[in-house]
Amino acid sequence: MRFLFKTHYNQDIDHLKHGGDRFWYGLLLVLVAAAPAALGTFYLGELNLVMIYAIAGVGLMLLVGYTGQVSLGHAAFLAIGAYTHSLLLGAGLPFLLSIVAAVLVSALVGAGVGWIALRMTGIYLAIATLAFAMLTEQTISRAEWLTGGFRGLAVPQASLLGMPLTQVWQHYYVTLTLLVVTLLAALNILRSSTGRAMVAIRDSEISAESVGINLAVYKTLAFALSAGITGLAGALFAHRLGYLSPDAFTFLISLQLLLMVVVGGVGSMRGVIYGALFIGFLPQLLAIARDTLPPQIAQAPGLEPGIFGLILVLVILFEPQGIFGRWLKIKSYFQTFPLYRRATHRRQKTYLRTERLR
Amino acid sequence: MSYLRVEDLSISFGGIRAVDDVSFDVEEGEVFAIIGPNGAGKTTLFNLVSGIYSADGGSVRFAGRDITSLPAHRIAPLGLARTFQNIELFEHATVLQNLLIGRHVHRRSTALSHLLFLPAVRREELEHRRRVEDVIDLLELAHYREQRIANLPYGVRKVVEVGRALCLEPKLLLLDEPTSGLNPEESEDMGFWIEDINRDLGVTVVMVAHDMGLVSRVAGRVLALNEGRTIAEGSPAEVQKNPAVVDAYLGAD
Repeated sequence: MRFLFKTHYNQDIDHLKHGGDRFWYGLLLVLVAAAPAALGTFYLGELNLVMIYAIAGVGLMLLVGYTGQVSLGHAAFLAIGAYTHSLLLGAGLPFLLSIVAAVLVSALVGAGVGWIALRMTGIYLAIATLAFAMLTEQTISRAEWLTGGFRGLAVPQASLLGMPLTQVWQHYYVTLTLLVVTLLAALNILRSSTGRAMVAIRDSEISAESVGINLAVYKTLAFALSAGITGLAGALFAHRLGYLSPDAFTFLISLQLLLMVVVGGVGSMRGVIYGALFIGFLPQLLAIARDTLPPQIAQAPGLEPGIFGLILVLVILFEPQGIFGRWLKIKSYFQTFPLYRRATHRRQKTYLRTERLR
Repeated sequence: MSYLRVEDLSISFGGIRAVDDVSFDVEEGEVFAIIGPNGAGKTTLFNLVSGIYSADGGSVRFAGRDITSLPAHRIAPLGLARTFQNIELFEHATVLQNLLIGRHVHRRSTALSHLLFLPAVRREELEHRRRVEDVIDLLELAHYREQRIANLPYGVRKVVEVGRALCLEPKLLLLDEPTSGLNPEESEDMGFWIEDINRDLGVTVVMVAHDMGLVSRVAGRVLALNEGRTIAEGSPAEVQKNPAVVDAYLGAD
């Protein structure tokens, strides 16, 4: 077990708390930066996808894990980001500008949705965001003059600083850079008063109000931030798909994004990465499972959403803290060995809360 | 003009008038207690003053300003902080984070600068932290600083909630049953802290209490409520002897 001797408040503010952090995160960065040299095109592409998921996951985590607002409609923001980016790129805007525009447009739409949904919480909010996602999907398929409808929209070739982005490794580095930037931005928000206001809203709206937090402003802000970041992932996702059509952004994608946040561990940014790895490689596992299962089951329609849903339910029931929570438990088992007690991490119920004020 | 002036305040839920034409004045620097049996409307009165409910009638003036129709998040920055009877802390955050959230009204930077964590934001964070540490020292919370609220015993949570309210650097503190559920020793400590907060920090305190020992010790004046109405007002000794108060608690014969 590591005991830190703290001599300055800065040590509590810094992202990397001690030498161990600096070493391991540094090593991780070196490894992912060196990955294109070691991995083939297929696995590099998959890793690229995982990182795109991770960016979207950071966005959703800010909303679900830190502000406590559940969204079942984040595929819509992914779609808005992807379409905005592709259309603007097609109109001749440079790659980076068009990405920034995609982020801003998604954030604006997100702010609108958040503002409309202000009075809704829990399951009602989830249904409202689901409805919004369906609305977006329908709008995209009907607005043929803009999006090409179901005929689809080819994503134009991007070029960065005069260099055309044709190779997988080029996209990989763009995604990696943006993932690191997104993670740092999200962690910065979380260590400042904005992030604390979000956490306050998650844990108790009534006392958040009483310490002067404007619920409407911060909920809308959280939605905007979350949508903007998911829109960024959407813009990168467009290049991965190459060809956009409304059925690439279905409910299944929203569910997958939520699954990532929950399986990874609600309320931790590391959980996002674990969750992204999980849902990035889950389809591969399912494909392998299909080969071994009897055809009646393997060919059944709706197998994937069914399995996603099942995993979501099981995780919420048995490990609400997700992979990250499980990791913390394993770590504390070894740190306190042989004194670990199961009760250390037992979930506690709170009986005394002012429910009637909600 | 008194510091907090409540005039003819009323609110009804359905057919029940939970607070019925209640008026009282609190002077700057005093400790004012509100007592009454269960269901007398004490907590409702607090929720009206702090802006969580909006009144059906009457007015609340604080430091010369009409705050009757202001929402809660606009009242807090004026220097009015409160605690809750049943503890409303941010359960999944640490004590330190809870106290830092209490500093929200003192933030100066924008969300955009938080995204980049500019040097000014870091300076501001350090300043918040220093102020929070003052509160931690005052309430002897250093031992629990890094712990999550969910893992803390009830008595400590009660203190943390007072600490969070103090982090707002309030001029007026509303304490809703600060000693409910505490053992005699913890109650005693709470009494000392209320005296410290009032004398050393110069904060005006209005508290709801059941514990008459605590009320007699720290409060200068007492207001007794029953079924939403004022039944007595005066010094603790006077109110305790008032026949209407005795009736309300023990029942008329």
